[in-house]
Amino acid sequence: MSATLFPDAQLHVVTGKGGTGKSTVAAALALALASRGQTVLLCEVEGRQGIAQIFDVAPLPYEERLLVRPQAGAGDVYALAIDPESALLEYLDMYYRLGRAGKALDRFGVVEFATTIAPGVRDVLLTGKVYEAANRNRRNKGARHYDAIVLDAPPTGRIAQFLNVNQELAGLAKVGPVKGQAEVVSTLLHSPRTAIHLVTVLEEMPVQETGDGIAELRDIGLPVGAVVVNLLRPQDLDATDREALAGGRADRDALAASLGAAGVEPTPELLDGLLEEGRHHAERRRLEDEQRAVVTGLGVPVVELPLLPGGVDMGGLYELAERLCEEGLG
Amino acid sequence: MRHTRAVPRVGPLVAGEESAEVLDVDALLDDPDRHVLVCCGSGGVGKTTTSAALALRAAERGRKVCVLTIDPARRLAQALGIERLDNTPRPVEGLETQSGGSLDAMMLDMKRTFDEVVQSQASPEKAAQILANPFYVAVSSSFAGTQEYMAMEKLGQLDAEARRTGRYDLIVVDTPPSRSALDFLDAPERLSSFLDGRFMRLLLAPAKGPARFMTAGVGLVTGAVTKIIGAQVLQDVKAFVAAFDTLFGGFRTRAQRTYELLQDPRTAFVVVAAPEPDALREAAYFVERLRAEQMPLAGLVVNRASPAPVESLSAGAATAAAERLRGEGDALAAGLLRLHADRVTLVARERRLTGRFATSHPDVPTAVLPALSTDVHDLAGLRRIGELLSSQRA
Repeated sequence: MSATLFPDAQLHVVTGKGGTGKSTVAAALALALASRGQTVLLCEVEGRQGIAQIFDVAPLPYEERLLVRPQAGAGDVYALAIDPESALLEYLDMYYRLGRAGKALDRFGVVEFATTIAPGVRDVLLTGKVYEAANRNRRNKGARHYDAIVLDAPPTGRIAQFLNVNQELAGLAKVGPVKGQAEVVSTLLHSPRTAIHLVTVLEEMPVQETGDGIAELRDIGLPVGAVVVNLLRPQDLDATDREALAGGRADRDALAASLGAAGVEPTPELLDGLLEEGRHHAERRRLEDEQRAVVTGLGVPVVELPLLPGGVDMGGLYELAERLCEEGLG
Repeated sequence: MRHTRAVPRVGPLVAGEESAEVLDVDALLDDPDRHVLVCCGSGGVGKTTTSAALALRAAERGRKVCVLTIDPARRLAQALGIERLDNTPRPVEGLETQSGGSLDAMMLDMKRTFDEVVQSQASPEKAAQILANPFYVAVSSSFAGTQEYMAMEKLGQLDAEARRTGRYDLIVVDTPPSRSALDFLDAPERLSSFLDGRFMRLLLAPAKGPARFMTAGVGLVTGAVTKIIGAQVLQDVKAFVAAFDTLFGGFRTRAQRTYELLQDPRTAFVVVAAPEPDALREAAYFVERLRAEQMPLAGLVVNRASPAPVESLSAGAATAAAERLRGEGDALAAGLLRLHADRVTLVARERRLTGRFATSHPDVPTAVLPALSTDVHDLAGLRRIGELLSSQRA
């Protein structure tokens, strides 16, 4: 097991463009951290029930649930689906002891009102709950303490806005407890206790968004963690072979001979098929390499995860978790 | 090709192993009674590219097309000539126009569209008052769902213009990259019911009518809201609601009209997905929702399917052969065999996933688009996609 890249991070925020597998990476990261013996909380905030789908469990409530108890020596993974309405009611109850009055607010449509008037308020409520879980050991006696929290956050295009809770509220709520809440949350998010990881695939659009996202995060002083390059194609063929395949110059006779030697009948159809598959792969790899150069130039640690051809089941998740550990994330 | 209403089916037992009907893209694009195509699906599945490719193909087959995109990749926007966000459709250059068609493209400017709606509905002084309100600024630039709502609003405007002037006979619209593919259907309703909501009303006139009896409750409620968001925000909201009051009705009517346009047989929905569990799950929700809302579904486009590998060699046999070649020196052969094994596994999984969709939705015509080995950011690439979409084998 290699040394971890972010030894001080307690809160790992995972973002990524749609289709890059950010929720899968967040889940794998939670398992990776747990494998180091940490007790981990995996949170989601978009109401998608992505965690339940990945781990194939019933939809998660607004309540921390034991999700995975891995093998001996590893920590437990808990899961929590945070929605703004529940977070607001809990918040009011905690600070104002509203009790049944809270229910009345709900009936009047106030909860919906307060959580829809501006995404800023929603975001403070969502990150506020994460903050509460992260700081729990001090204030709430007897509550569960987490060594690490993994947040499956909104997509890259919205991440800076989501985490920039202070700024976003400034125009709206200039005073009041939400403002105060935003400030303490902001302190955590701007500290080395937080690391924001961006998941991408090696394609033009997601890489471009990742670069934009990193620039935005840096602009507002939020701690960028790693770029996780996901769904990486197999790296079997070397550059010379790929060039030959892309240019249609691969040695067909040598391939036929090798296939024969390996006990596979080299029919013309099979040879054509394999060479075509190879050409397609070589072209894709060329694009990947261009994008990899862009990613490397971002000045952030890069962690790569392979495409699992059979899909990501529990076994696959553990495989990805192991890779994350080897690469120093988790 | 007329849409036939879906027949309700009973449970999964009805389904056997069946493959879906093939989506006849050209028939859809050529249908003179079809004037609006809505492309929807979850984020990252290639909606924008698909809608641009459909629009281009329709135009080059002789239709007068306008494509409304939401957030295209930079190079695609350049290819369409729409890097400038000015909310006006502009002709796309490089079109093949022998068949008499035309193609305009535009990128949605959410805030400007909202401003224009306000300006068209209110007197100039009132409009100015609303546009300057901090609460309006927050809602129009970042209210969750505003983008969805404004995409539908813009579609309504374009459609009205097309009917009036005959400038377009087909509008292709891309939908925003929502967390959920369904958001844009709900957005108009959500926004108008929010602006029209009970609490908003209470804020305006807490002591009139039946609300009088709830004054104590209202005090508690406004008190709590003040605690949460601060008095200043509440003041802004009140000022906004007061100024906006006469516009509420207009917003409701507009939302209703958009909804009716989406239900009209002049419209067709194309659901876009990738052969991944999440994207196909969203697509299934969407198909069911369209059915429930009686909105006309043309079919499903599965983007980025891995190209089918040569069939005569199984994944297991290829892996075994690659193992036998280990250390024999022919890295190319071993590499190609391992690639082939992965490809066979991947394609089998994708087919299983799309097959599962077809089994539970056998009446949804489907087109499967193989992943291209290069990115698409010019008209030639879009044309290629259009060809692939139209040459689906039955």
